[in-house]
Amino acid sequence: MYWNQKAECMSRDERALLQLSRLQNIVKHAYDNVVPFRKSMDDKGLLPQNIRSLEDITALPFTSKQDLRDSYPFDRFGVPMSEIVRIHASSGTTGKPTTVGYTKEDIDVWAETVARGLVSAGCNKNDIIQVSYGYGLFTGGLGLHYGVEKIGAAVLPSSVGNSKRQAMMMKDFAVTAICCTPSFATYMIEVLEENKIDPQELALKRGIFGAEPWSEAMRHNIEKKLNIKAYDIYGLSEICGPGVSMECEGQCGNHIFDDHYYPEIIDPDTGELLPEGRVGELVLTGLTKKGIPMIRYRTHDLTSLHYGPCDCGRTHVRMGRILGRSDDMLIIRGVNVFPSQIESVLLEMGQTSPYYHIIVDRQGSLDTLEIQVELSESMLSDEIRVMEALRDKIKRNIEQILGLACKITLSEPHSLTRFEGKAVRVTDRRKI
Amino acid sequence: MSIKQISVFLENKKGRLIAITDCLSRNNINIRALSIADTTDFGIIRMIVDNPELAYTSLKKDGITVIESDVLAVQIPNIPGGMNKVLKLLWEAGVNLEYSYAFFGNDPQYAILILKVDKKSEAIEVLKKADIKLLSNEELSEQTIQG
Repeated sequence: MYWNQKAECMSRDERALLQLSRLQNIVKHAYDNVVPFRKSMDDKGLLPQNIRSLEDITALPFTSKQDLRDSYPFDRFGVPMSEIVRIHASSGTTGKPTTVGYTKEDIDVWAETVARGLVSAGCNKNDIIQVSYGYGLFTGGLGLHYGVEKIGAAVLPSSVGNSKRQAMMMKDFAVTAICCTPSFATYMIEVLEENKIDPQELALKRGIFGAEPWSEAMRHNIEKKLNIKAYDIYGLSEICGPGVSMECEGQCGNHIFDDHYYPEIIDPDTGELLPEGRVGELVLTGLTKKGIPMIRYRTHDLTSLHYGPCDCGRTHVRMGRILGRSDDMLIIRGVNVFPSQIESVLLEMGQTSPYYHIIVDRQGSLDTLEIQVELSESMLSDEIRVMEALRDKIKRNIEQILGLACKITLSEPHSLTRFEGKAVRVTDRRKI
Repeated sequence: MSIKQISVFLENKKGRLIAITDCLSRNNINIRALSIADTTDFGIIRMIVDNPELAYTSLKKDGITVIESDVLAVQIPNIPGGMNKVLKLLWEAGVNLEYSYAFFGNDPQYAILILKVDKKSEAIEVLKKADIKLLSNEELSEQTIQG
C-alpha cells in the first residue's frame, strides 16, 4: 500500500530531475529572502544560478544549529509573518531555543510525508492511533497528529503524561497503533503490567517510535513485550519534525522522503561528502520548505545512505539506523562512546531493567565512566556473591564493547528516572 | 523445615535503611533478627520478622523491593561448642554455608542460628538425624508472644 505511489515509486532519474529543479528554486528563494543565507553565499562568491546540477549542492554553505541560534527568533524566515501559519521551537538545552516557521504549504508537505510513512508501516484509515508524543512547541505531537488525520485514521491526541490513563484508554478504545518515543513505549510496558493489563488483550498492532536513537535490541524488547511491530520514524524540527524518514514494513532502514528532504552524508570533521554506505553525519536540505529555508543543515546524526531497491517498491533512499549523534558522542579517555552501545549490552543480557544512567567525571587528569544499572526484581538475590557476579558480568560485557574500563553501580528496581519525552541518560561532570 | 527470611537490596544512599524500619514500625512488625551484608557500593539487609507475609506486602506497598527466601533456623544450646557442633555436621555432609547470623530467642538456654546453605534438604536431613531442632516461623512467632 502506498499513500502517494507516483511520488514514492518514481524512478531515481526522474526524481533527480525533480530534486534539481526544487533545489534551484529553494536556493534562489533563500538567497532572495534570507539575509544571513545570502551573506554566506556572498562570502563564498556563489550565486543561485551557479547550481546547475545536483552535485553542485556540495558547493553550498552548511547551516548549523549555531546559525539558527544566532538568527533567533525569526531572522532566517523566508516569508513575511503574514505567510507563516505555525511556529515551533526546539528545546534549547543551552540558552535560547531555535525557532522554526511553517507556511501553509510547509505544513501540508510535512503531513504528506508523515502520511506516506504511516501507510508504509501498514497504517490505514481504519486505525485508531494514539499520539503520545508531546503536543506543543515540540514537533512530535502535532507532526504525527496531522499525518494521522491525513490518512483518515482516528487520532487520539493523548500527548505525554498520565500514563495510567493512557494505558486504560489504549485498552478501552482498542487503540491499534501508538506513536511515541521508544523510552515511553518501554515505560508503558511497565505501566500496563502495574495496571494488570496484558498486552495480549490489546488491539495494538504497531508502534511508530522516534525522537531519540534506539537500538535493534530495544526494538526486539518492545516488539516482544507489547506483541507489536515497531517502526522507526526520524525527523528534526529544523527540517519539519518527525516524518523526514520512516521505515516501511520491511524494517530495513528508513526511507527518506527525498523529493522534499535531500540527504547527504559527510565526514563530520572535514565536511567532505562520503560515498554510499559509509557512516557519517547526515546533512539535510529542505527542497520545498519556504517558511524557513534550510540548506545543508548539519543534523549531527550519524548514519549511512543506501540507494539500492527496496522490496516495498519505494525508490526513496534509505538511511541506516541512527548510530548516535556526533555531538552526543562521549569521548572518554580518547574512546568514542555512544549511550546506545551500553543500552544494547544491557538489553542483550536481559538480566536488568532497560534503565541506565551514565556518569562521566574526571579525577585528576583521568576520565571516569560510571554506569548506573537498574536491577529488575527477578534478578535480586539475598546473596552478595550473586549480586557481585551480576555486576561483574555487566562490567565485563560493557568493557568488551567499549574497550574502556568502567564502574558499574547497581540501582534498586524502579529507582532511576523514567522519561516520557526524550530520555536524558548522560551526566557529564567533566569541566573541560 | 525452613523459615521465611525477608531481604532488601540497598544502595548506599542516605535514608534507605530508615525507610525500611519506618515501614515495619508503622505496620507493627517486630524484627527478631537482622543482618546487614555490605560492600562498598551496596548492601543487602536480611531480616527475620514475626509476620513475614505482612512485612513483604507492606514494604512492597512502600515501593521497596523485597525478596523472600527460605533459610534454616537452628536451635543450638547456649554453651561453648554449640555452634561448632552444627557446622561440623554440615561440613561432614558436604553442605556449604552462603551466610549465617545468630540471635537469642526468649529462652536464654538456646541461641538461634540462621543458616543459608547450598544444599538445603541434605542439611535438614543431617541435622534432624542428630536431633538438632529446626524452628518454624510459627515457633519463632510464639516465642515473641510469650516474651
